[in-house]
Amino acid sequence: MNTPQAMVHFQLNGQAAQVPAGTSIAAALYLCSDGIARHSVSGQARAPVCGMGVCQECRVLVNGRSQLACQALCAAGMVVETGDLS
Amino acid sequence: MNSTKPAPNAYVSQDACAILIVGAGPAGLSAALAAAPAGRSIVVLDDNPAPGGQVWRNGAGAAPPGPLQQLQEALARYPRVRIHSSTRVVAAQGSQALLLESADSAWVQGFEKLIVCTGARELLLPFPGWTLPGVSGAGGLQAMIKSGLPVHGQRIVIAGSGPLLLAAAASATQAGAQVLRVAEQSPWRQVAAFGAGLLRWPGKLAQAATLLHPAYRCDSYVLAAQGDTSLQSVQLRQGARTYQLDCDRLAVGFGLVPNVELGRLLGCATRHSAQAGLALQVDAQQSTSVPYIFAAGECTGAGGVERALAEGHIAGLTAIGQRAPAAHLHTRARWQDFASRVDQHFALRPELRTLADKNTLLCRCEDVTFGSVAARTGWNDAKLHQRCGMGACQGRICGAAAQHLFGWDAPSPRPPLSPARVSTLSLASNDTGALP
Repeated sequence: MNTPQAMVHFQLNGQAAQVPAGTSIAAALYLCSDGIARHSVSGQARAPVCGMGVCQECRVLVNGRSQLACQALCAAGMVVETGDLS
Repeated sequence: MNSTKPAPNAYVSQDACAILIVGAGPAGLSAALAAAPAGRSIVVLDDNPAPGGQVWRNGAGAAPPGPLQQLQEALARYPRVRIHSSTRVVAAQGSQALLLESADSAWVQGFEKLIVCTGARELLLPFPGWTLPGVSGAGGLQAMIKSGLPVHGQRIVIAGSGPLLLAAAASATQAGAQVLRVAEQSPWRQVAAFGAGLLRWPGKLAQAATLLHPAYRCDSYVLAAQGDTSLQSVQLRQGARTYQLDCDRLAVGFGLVPNVELGRLLGCATRHSAQAGLALQVDAQQSTSVPYIFAAGECTGAGGVERALAEGHIAGLTAIGQRAPAAHLHTRARWQDFASRVDQHFALRPELRTLADKNTLLCRCEDVTFGSVAARTGWNDAKLHQRCGMGACQGRICGAAAQHLFGWDAPSPRPPLSPARVSTLSLASNDTGALP
């Protein structure tokens, strides 16, 4: 489907990042950073768990709106922020 | 099939259709294709970025499988079938409309008939260290690999129960990971009996043969995940022996939990499923206890892709007022037998209820410990006093675990079914089933 050459350019925590087209934000967190999506109410780092939109551990801000990283694909120009404490 | 959706940011929006199908996995797509020839308007929703559900998930790390492509091509011949991906159900609006939200819009979708094909999630049970980054679901790992997660060269341990562990191991191996161990909790006698029984399902036998992994061990289960800020090693038990494996990832899954929340919200009756929690109750025609609502696939009890396709087909025909041919009823029965054998041979051992210690988190959303919840009398007590299950996942993870650990049925779901934007919630009317 997607040729390996097709790359999507976006921003992750203020840094320029790029991933192959069709990559989920959850996968991109590992490809471009440390894989951490958020911090829990007691301050623990959390990474994607269920991979299918249920556990909510991978929620990140996409263009300022909360979204599940496992169910959203990286898109050109997207601004992704991790580390939400809620 | 076309993929028009309301214009971005069109917040006050209504749409109506004859048949609404929630879930674009095998059951939902099969239902759509069975109902499509009647020429009525059909809308299919799914919260994932592309149709296929979990079993046919595809993305940067996996091409769409053949059966999915064939279903999509067949559906493309019906212009009155519309598929909305990345769209989730937020709440009911009266008895025959749902409030929906996508990444950039929200609308109220009316329907005459509803087919619930919401699938299943993995049963995740708490053990020390299960919240460490690097620990994920087994199906979760597989889904993320298909969506482009890099695992090349990583050392991976897969643990839990059921045939899906082998599928996860195959995906990881194919993506270049080193699968150190596939730890199946069921005793080898049970697994061997299951394997021998596969003679009745030659396709599954062949599949099992291709998936079998040299690191597969029965009678094995995870005791703890260890690491400071992320996973570094896993402690496992095999028979009477306890040992440790250094690894980069641990993927666990203890079977499947039917996603019954939408059906329950709309008043559909449930039954206790063989292994984990509740399943939507359906009759031979896939009708639920609510006359205009049907259900198919894993939400009626985990049964695999073949049974989901058969159930979806029957549900689609029932929704347009037709009786399903005997052949489909036979196919469903045959795969129901297979599912029963999985339940029978991969029953969870009692030791898995004692893995968590008192400080292990049970509720990952609110960081509530196992110890504080175990002291409560029931689910409502745990919610009221500990906020267990009150966080973003609304008890889908800890509630399923509590069902298995303590035998507590999850309470009736309340809207919103998933976290939603204020602008979406402002569309909700005050009819029955809407937001409080």
